[in-house]
Amino acid sequence: MSLGPYASFIVTSYALVALVLVILIGWIVLDYRNQTRRLRALEESGVIRRSGRSAVDL
Amino acid sequence: MSLIDLANPTKFLALTARILPWLTAATAILLAIGLYQSAAAPDDYQQGATVKIMFIHVPNAWLSMFVWGVMSLAALGTLVWRHPLADVAAKSAAPIGAAFTFLALVTGSLWGRPMWGTYWQWDARLTSVLILFLMYLGLMALWRAVEDPSRAARAAAVLTLVGAINLPIIKFSVDWWNTLHQPASVLRMGGSTLDRAFLIPLLVMAIAFTLLFVTLHLAAMRNEILRRRVRSLQMMQASQKAA
Repeated sequence: MSLGPYASFIVTSYALVALVLVILIGWIVLDYRNQTRRLRALEESGVIRRSGRSAVDL
Repeated sequence: MSLIDLANPTKFLALTARILPWLTAATAILLAIGLYQSAAAPDDYQQGATVKIMFIHVPNAWLSMFVWGVMSLAALGTLVWRHPLADVAAKSAAPIGAAFTFLALVTGSLWGRPMWGTYWQWDARLTSVLILFLMYLGLMALWRAVEDPSRAARAAAVLTLVGAINLPIIKFSVDWWNTLHQPASVLRMGGSTLDRAFLIPLLVMAIAFTLLFVTLHLAAMRNEILRRRVRSLQMMQASQKAA
């Protein structure tokens, strides 16, 4: 596959989209881990929801 | 599970846990097919291989407006129906929409340099999309600036609905003004002007990116619900200590 004289523009575009999407996905995954870790820590310290159900269990 | 059940965050979380793996798999498969078709697409007779940038630019541009549309519906949910998940949906969508808008601007710029001879032109389409990007950033800043989530939700909902005026301006800017940006070639009266060799990879990529948004949005909504649970448990802990 030849990308012609403007290959650098095409490759940069695809690389940038991949980079931003990886950052976005990584941020969402890390945020999920962070929130579940904080909820577990709170529950272990004895703070529970009014319903009595675990805040982490889905 | 009826639609009204989704107003319950616990039931929403259970549904998300069930469908997220399937959505992730479907997104990955469609993205792989779309990327393969984009790579295999022939060169355009005028643009050459640079046409391949369109396969990522157009889906990002479409999603930049679609996400604001989703946020506008959520804003109505906050202001009119006071749906408990409406604000969660709007707040979670904003960073994802900002990312898609940023990518639409940058990939458009990288296409414009070899094709138009410039990275940027202050024409109506480019300027209105830049304004959309700034509005996403403004909304995200508003949510962070107001500590009380319900007050932040109402202010953000009003701002989102006011900002929705920009969507038809973006869409029809190429018809209303004389712009460097070309007029619509896919969604237009009389059908698409694109050849099937370009139209099919473009549509596959557009569906793949839309599925990607749905997947990321559901995951981000789940995070936001958990964040609010952390906040309410921390407030309970503080009041227990005070008592």
